[in-house]
Amino acid sequence: MDLRELEAKALDLRVDIITMLEQAKSGHPGGSLSAADIMTALYFGGIMNHDPNNPTKEDRDRFVLSKGHAAPALYAALAEAGYFPKEELVTLRKLGSKLQGHPDCKKLAGVEVSTGSLGQGLSIAAGMACGLKLKGAEQTVYTLLGDGECQEGQVWEAAMFSAHRNLDNLVAIVDHNKLQIDGNIEDVCSPEDLGDKFRAFGWQVFVCDGNDMEAVMDTLTSARGIHCGKPKAVIAETTKGKGVSFMEGQAGWHGKAPNAEQSAQAVAELTGKEVEHV
Amino acid sequence: MSNEKKATRAAYGATLIELAQAGLPVVAVDADLTGSTTTKKFGDVYPDRLFNVGIAEQNMIDVAAGLSLTGNIAYTGSFAVFGTGRVYDQIRNTVCYSNLNVKIAPTHAGVSVGPDGGSHQMIEDIALMRVLPNMKVLVPADYEAARAALKVAAETPGPVYIRMGRASVPCVYEEGKELEMGRAYVLREGTDVTIVACGVEINEALIAADQLAEAGISAEVIDAFCVKPLDEQTILASVAKTGCVVTAEEHSVIGGLGGAVAELLAETTPVPMYRIGMRDVFGTSGEFEELMAAFKLDAAAITEAAKSVISRKNA
Repeated sequence: MDLRELEAKALDLRVDIITMLEQAKSGHPGGSLSAADIMTALYFGGIMNHDPNNPTKEDRDRFVLSKGHAAPALYAALAEAGYFPKEELVTLRKLGSKLQGHPDCKKLAGVEVSTGSLGQGLSIAAGMACGLKLKGAEQTVYTLLGDGECQEGQVWEAAMFSAHRNLDNLVAIVDHNKLQIDGNIEDVCSPEDLGDKFRAFGWQVFVCDGNDMEAVMDTLTSARGIHCGKPKAVIAETTKGKGVSFMEGQAGWHGKAPNAEQSAQAVAELTGKEVEHV
Repeated sequence: MSNEKKATRAAYGATLIELAQAGLPVVAVDADLTGSTTTKKFGDVYPDRLFNVGIAEQNMIDVAAGLSLTGNIAYTGSFAVFGTGRVYDQIRNTVCYSNLNVKIAPTHAGVSVGPDGGSHQMIEDIALMRVLPNMKVLVPADYEAARAALKVAAETPGPVYIRMGRASVPCVYEEGKELEMGRAYVLREGTDVTIVACGVEINEALIAADQLAEAGISAEVIDAFCVKPLDEQTILASVAKTGCVVTAEEHSVIGGLGGAVAELLAETTPVPMYRIGMRDVFGTSGEFEELMAAFKLDAAAITEAAKSVISRKNA
């Protein structure tokens, strides 16, 4: 896909996110929308080697959604890629659905590991990276963390370990959208400069506009190509609720679903169409 | 069977070497205690298969999770207090929820750490691990049982908890003994009282059975090698014969083996029962043998409890 097509795909993901959350009547739009461009690049930009028809193929790259509450972004990407029918998106969070409130690898093919309890994904990804190196495999492990999630001490246990083991087949992307449930990350408990932190632990650090498709693609492409003996962190500067005017930069939209009217407004904004009033 | 006393933990590194030599893709993840847990022995032979994460137990569990997701059978070490309690969420939400092939195999469980005191004496681990869906719980009684447990864990897909201790205990099982998942073993047959024990309490239960025999009481001793899934058939068959039961564990009486047996009997055949264990208290510094007596975990306490449940049966 070229850049324009990727940008269009990211919009599709955002529309899917809004639609499924409205149907579910609960869930996390803010951190799903902020991550939509990153998810698009990973699954449609040729960054990850993956196959919807063979989700467990041996030579696939791995993805761990450490910020498990952004499950709608992952589900939208998996559905758009063909892992399961798009019609199932509206079953999100409902009884009997494959699409649990947070990703469940036992229910949905394409999910490598169940996540949702924050702070654990980087450790899991590091373990996977060790496992791949142990068998001489070439694949890369990607994980997406939230910036607020970086308040969990385990993230830094994993950061230290990954650098110590020279895991250059590991790419940690931080969705730096600056907001968490209780407000601005700087006000709740500031992690200060996340890039500096990873750098201090011995990582190769990249910083990019995480809502600019070209920047995301360029950065992830660079990160993948470098075998510097260091794990790689991509600090993706994003906007929480990106693409929906009334959600952008609003902590209140961390874990609240849009109602029908808000959903229509959001979809209209994303698709550039007028809201149809009935 | 030898008269030599050995700690269950001593089986850890040695058994991992055996498993690797047999071609199994085992890896060990430890948190700066490779000497104490004996995983260092494994690392000396298979340096690329031992992952020392440093003093970072949360990372240890999830690195093991990642290793299992890439085709390995991952064993995690540390002391039981850190290897279960500190990392409960990692075990629950990653290992058990995703049903991963991770073996939680910490050492230094129970009061066997002695002088280190209450902070280090893990007496809630069986309860914590038993309550988790997908988790299986093995409590080996001696070195050979620990070896068998580590081995059967490798052969059983999914999470398995193996509880090992620091104290040296007499051997109960003969060398090379194979034990099965889901099984309890009748070590001594009897008709008057059933003693169901696990771990280091097996030795105390056998001594108690001797003491009871001298008093003309016939005690059946069952090793609940596998606390979960519990071998209900073996326990129920014994209790049907004896009509009363004493459980014994170097663990809290809440939620452990005693709890499991009580749950089983309450739903099927309630009988007079007493649970030997830590009675809702923390441990304290002291030598292992002193603590066993101080907290009434020793053979004398089991003997007394057996007499008590027999008298209640006959009342």
